Amino acid sequence: MNIDAKLGLDVFKLDKEPQIVVKNEICSTVCVNRACLYVCPADLFELDDQQRIVVNWEGCLECGTCMICCEKDALEWRYPRGEFGVQYRMS
Amino acid sequence: MERVDCIVVGGGLAGLAAAYGLAAEGLEVMVLERGNYAGAKNVTGGRLYMDPIRALYPELWEEAPFERAVARESITMMGDGAHTTVEVASDRFAGAQPQSYTVLRARFDQWFADKAAEKGAMIVPNMKVDELLREGGGDGRPGRVIGIRAGGDEIGADVTIVAEGVLGMLASAAGLRAEPAARDSALGFKEVIELPAGVIEDRWRLNEGEGAAHLFMGTVTRGMLGGGFVYTNKESISVGVVVGMAAMLQQAEPVESYKLLDEFKELPQIAPLVKGGTVAEYSAHAIAEGGIARVPKLFGDGYLLAGDAAGLSLNALVTVRGMDFAIASGYHAARAVATAKKAGDTSVAGLARYERALRESFVLKDLETSRAIPRIVENPRLFMHYPRAVSKLAESVFTIGAQPSPRLAKTVWKGARRDFLSLATLKDLWSLRKM
Repeated sequence: MNIDAKLGLDVFKLDKEPQIVVKNEICSTVCVNRACLYVCPADLFELDDQQRIVVNWEGCLECGTCMICCEKDALEWRYPRGEFGVQYRMS
Repeated sequence: MERVDCIVVGGGLAGLAAAYGLAAEGLEVMVLERGNYAGAKNVTGGRLYMDPIRALYPELWEEAPFERAVARESITMMGDGAHTTVEVASDRFAGAQPQSYTVLRARFDQWFADKAAEKGAMIVPNMKVDELLREGGGDGRPGRVIGIRAGGDEIGADVTIVAEGVLGMLASAAGLRAEPAARDSALGFKEVIELPAGVIEDRWRLNEGEGAAHLFMGTVTRGMLGGGFVYTNKESISVGVVVGMAAMLQQAEPVESYKLLDEFKELPQIAPLVKGGTVAEYSAHAIAEGGIARVPKLFGDGYLLAGDAAGLSLNALVTVRGMDFAIASGYHAARAVATAKKAGDTSVAGLARYERALRESFVLKDLETSRAIPRIVENPRLFMHYPRAVSKLAESVFTIGAQPSPRLAKTVWKGARRDFLSLATLKDLWSLRKM
């Protein structure tokens, strides 16, 4: 089962506004590690064809790992508004 | 501005334990939970140790929706293609008063929220708190916390109990604690896999209603701080991985974290356990692993910090705790606030009894005893060298080759000399004395 199928099992209520915004002006100038590309357990971060980091925030599990691991403060990260985001039924 | 006696930010175990106790004391308490229901955002490995909290709210635990009483503990050290498991079973683990139960948080927290509501607490779901309101701060002083802002609404309270969880977004924005750092944090993620109760009992050799807890160290995290886990629930199992964030950042060739769980599930010793199961949910959560050195000041003018928001968790490798600390801190928060309210003093001085109570309880005592652990477990040899060496040695003892075998003692000595009799091992042993 791939990661998208796993996320497909979870219940998400999508907020209108993204809960993660990538400040690519920081990523492309001072970040060498690019930890967000591999630490996210939902694999939400990827590079576009211009090597810019894009985040598919709709599948965010709200763990905060990307924010904690981003050494250059290049992520604007917040919880979605009340009632939105992932809603676990078991965990 | 609407006012209540006490606002609790976050409907997890710490917040609900606080609300239950406060409502029982007749105080007006409002729990603000950003999920659709209590437990909607919560994840556990995991299991809840009962003995530390049994005497707190004893009336609750008889009817709590636990999954299984853990009757057997196992830890597996994983090497390359070989692993060694230590299994411990005791009549006392799951006897008349089981020492720990597996739980699933969506069910458990909703039940706890209902109990708090029965006592009179107001549980408000779908409500994200945006800010802790303060007055009189400045010059680096946080001032008095006088309530919260949620969306357009402001609600005032004599005391705000901040039980917002491990990321501590509100408390750190208000200068009440530091932001979480990679060095003191781990990522935990898991699948809940549904299996019929009978299949679980057969596969794990369990009596009806009993459960197993199984931790794995070594190749599962590719030698990074952390490990794998399997906990049996009533009709599902929780299979997951915990990995230190700093360790992930230090990898020479980074691996995507989510792949560790896929690799874990495919291992020959795990695949037969999960076979035929239906993956029902995938979840992830950060874990505070900094220990007591990272526990912030737990109280101040008009506020208390409780549970994960206060860094109250402890990974001692073979035992992993947090939920018992959360419930106990919520319990003591309620008692402290109730007493402070009666005395009419919810200032720093009036709320100081909360931290005193935690210092006298197992919460801060156990964290203090384990002060050295977070730095000890930063040693990568614990997760790479030893699991591999133990498995190699055990394998050699059980191997009969084509050539005449040496004496058993010689085989053991050879393995021990190769992997354990070194200055590095002595140094590691010396550091472990503080565990």
